[in-house]
Amino acid sequence: MKYVAEFRQPELIHKLAGEIRRTVTKPWTIMEICGGQTHAFMRFGLESLLPPEIELVHGPGCPVCVTPLELIDKAIAIASRPEVIFCSFGDMLRVPGSHADLFRVKAAGGDVRVVYSPLECLKIARQHPNREVVFFAIGFETTAPGNAMLVWQARQQGIRNFSMLVSHVRVPPAITAILSSPGNRVQGFLAAGHVCTVMGYWEYEPLAERFRVPIVVTGFEPVDLLQGLLRTVRQLEAGRHEVENAYERSVTREGNRPAQELIARVFEPCDRTWRGIGLIPDSGWRLRPEFAAFDAENRFPVGDIQTQESSVCISGLVLQGRKKPHECPAFGTSCTPAHPLGATMVSSEGACAAYYRYRRSL
Amino acid sequence: MQHIIAIDGAYSSPPCGEAGDEFKAMEMGFTFEGLSCPVPLPDATLDRIVLGHGSGGRLSHDLIRRVFLPNLSNPSLCALNDGAVLALPDGDGRLVVCTDAHVVRPLFFPGGDIGRLAVCGTVNDLAMMGARPLWLTAAFVLEEGLPIETLQRVVRSMQAAAAEAGVQVVAGDTKVVERGSADGLFITTAGVGWVPAGVEISGANARAGDVVLISGTLGDHGIAVLSEREGLGFETELQSDVAPLHELVKAMLTAAPGAVHALRDPTRGGLATTLNEIARQSGVAIEIEERAIPLHPAVQSACEMLGFDPLYVANEGKLVACVAPEAAEIVLAAMRAHPYGRQAAAIGRVKEGPAGQVTLKTPIGGTRLLDMLAGEMLPRIC
Amino acid sequence: MCLGVPGRVVEIFEQDGIRMGKVDFGGIVKEACLAYVPETEVNDYVIIHAGFAISRLNEEEAQETLAILREMGEDVPMGEFTSR
Repeated sequence: MKYVAEFRQPELIHKLAGEIRRTVTKPWTIMEICGGQTHAFMRFGLESLLPPEIELVHGPGCPVCVTPLELIDKAIAIASRPEVIFCSFGDMLRVPGSHADLFRVKAAGGDVRVVYSPLECLKIARQHPNREVVFFAIGFETTAPGNAMLVWQARQQGIRNFSMLVSHVRVPPAITAILSSPGNRVQGFLAAGHVCTVMGYWEYEPLAERFRVPIVVTGFEPVDLLQGLLRTVRQLEAGRHEVENAYERSVTREGNRPAQELIARVFEPCDRTWRGIGLIPDSGWRLRPEFAAFDAENRFPVGDIQTQESSVCISGLVLQGRKKPHECPAFGTSCTPAHPLGATMVSSEGACAAYYRYRRSL
Repeated sequence: MQHIIAIDGAYSSPPCGEAGDEFKAMEMGFTFEGLSCPVPLPDATLDRIVLGHGSGGRLSHDLIRRVFLPNLSNPSLCALNDGAVLALPDGDGRLVVCTDAHVVRPLFFPGGDIGRLAVCGTVNDLAMMGARPLWLTAAFVLEEGLPIETLQRVVRSMQAAAAEAGVQVVAGDTKVVERGSADGLFITTAGVGWVPAGVEISGANARAGDVVLISGTLGDHGIAVLSEREGLGFETELQSDVAPLHELVKAMLTAAPGAVHALRDPTRGGLATTLNEIARQSGVAIEIEERAIPLHPAVQSACEMLGFDPLYVANEGKLVACVAPEAAEIVLAAMRAHPYGRQAAAIGRVKEGPAGQVTLKTPIGGTRLLDMLAGEMLPRIC
Repeated sequence: MCLGVPGRVVEIFEQDGIRMGKVDFGGIVKEACLAYVPETEVNDYVIIHAGFAISRLNEEEAQETLAILREMGEDVPMGEFTSR
């Protein structure tokens, strides 16, 4: 595949890894925000090429893992209704709520469907005029243009039997929260290339300045990831703290303007709870009042579902590399992969799930 | 779990999840896999059947150990092979008996249909035990309202596949269930084959030093079927690889008698799950090399797009073999000379090491653990 | 956080008033929404996330990135690359 194969060439990867080893002189803690980047580091075994001085902290950038428990419980309640066709991205089906997950709703008779593109929901709504089609609109900024288009088109096309359950989150407030916390260890960030493809990277410039951290916009192939790391390490070694773009083929400073415009017409900022981390001010998007008719939380009686995130869960600290999973009192007792309390146990890539799986107690 | 092990001497390694060895792997600094983000680990305490129980991966294995083995325990079943090898009361050679249920949506997919799948799947289960397939039986569960023409097409396709495989469907049964109680048409088959004296093939027979061979490109079937799936579909010229493999097996066994130790067809759960099964049954470790694995470009693209790992995607016309190192070249050449093995490749080695551990070397020299499929494979957005 | 895959636009059309296209990912072709990349023409490469094109890829930037990397200093050996 063009734009994929070129960025997986072993000789370029090894050159970059060699350059990182040559550049680094002291320990640095760097966070890749994005779950997709975490996945790529593991899939290609890239960490084995890095010098021991570099500690990667896997950030909270998996929209599925950070979707708050309460919204999953609401999704389960809505999906269990006989008149509802509940549509979701595939990876959301397995994420446990308080008592069940969407797979179990399906097994018990609920009509739960996997869609690849949000626009599929419009097709389904037209095919089933007597059913209520609900889409679980999760995602970071990358997914927002698609979800915004879905609601926009539902209104344009006069589709009334459609609504969506919105759980949108945004990256910059999360970076702010991580860097503002007193025990923060993260010294540099790989910013998520596809989030920046949509939003640009101008939003990150004040953050780099305020917290004096380098932020490098990074793509998803091995060459991209190592290039992002190298440029972060160069800044750290030189005492610089700038926003750099290491994913130039897709990202511009201003981002995708048409996408931003539709997002702004459909969504407005709101506070959002992140699973296992807690409330981050201004970190989410919700539907604007003029789209209230398409808000599943208005259409279905889920207002009284209020699920508290666990107060013992320390996944926020684990995500920041400040605590180890086994230091949590709930680890392995009230929190297990089958009944996770926080994001790091929900995802099998999460640190807590990895510790649990390998029974590493110390 | 303890209970099953006590009854059954066939386990040579601890069942999945009891992973002292995986712990060691972590200590050795491997990253691990099985893991798309996010995949909560499958819950072995589920009180209802979920789709993941049919994935061929860890949940399927949990179900077998939780429901079937404790109740139906006997040495042949507990050997956990594709077929049971049964000694004849007298005379030489042994019988192999296997059974298989077939559900696929859509019933007709690029390169095949449920009828061809039923015949080939059963023939292959026999072939993976080194048997020559002889007879099949077929039971049909039909949904009320199914067009007879659809059934006609399926049965004609079965006959064509049976003729290709040189087997006869010698007994059958039909049941009809109310509309909504089945998805069109399900087929359950049984197969009977004969293993000549001297052929000893089992998932438990892989030995350290064996070369791991694969008969061709991976994931063609799973992706071809997926391309027709509502909501996920895409256009492709990719065809399912569904095919009977007994002639290919025969060619391999003839080329180097006694050298083929283990055979298995990587169906649901894909190559990664199959290698885990062999490694566990045989009490060995297996290391494979990612860049040696043949992949059709369309499979690679589809996997990139949906966030799948091709090593977990189903095949219906491929086999994995563990072959004595001195005979590996000869067996590989015999495979490549056969139409169903043209793209055969050596992809790795059986090693002494933590029993049940499967590792993969990435093209850049990194190493990661390859686990079983952890549940239903789902398209990712993350 | 967001799986995005590059593909080549092979056809552009309109459906329900939305700019759509067919995108070839190398052996598979899938429909995607092109509303957010209005400047895109047939044969351009785009990044697709969940059925939406979110950018048109910049070939010059890609080539420049690769060219800079190729000129970078020699590799530091990392031991064996293959097991056989």
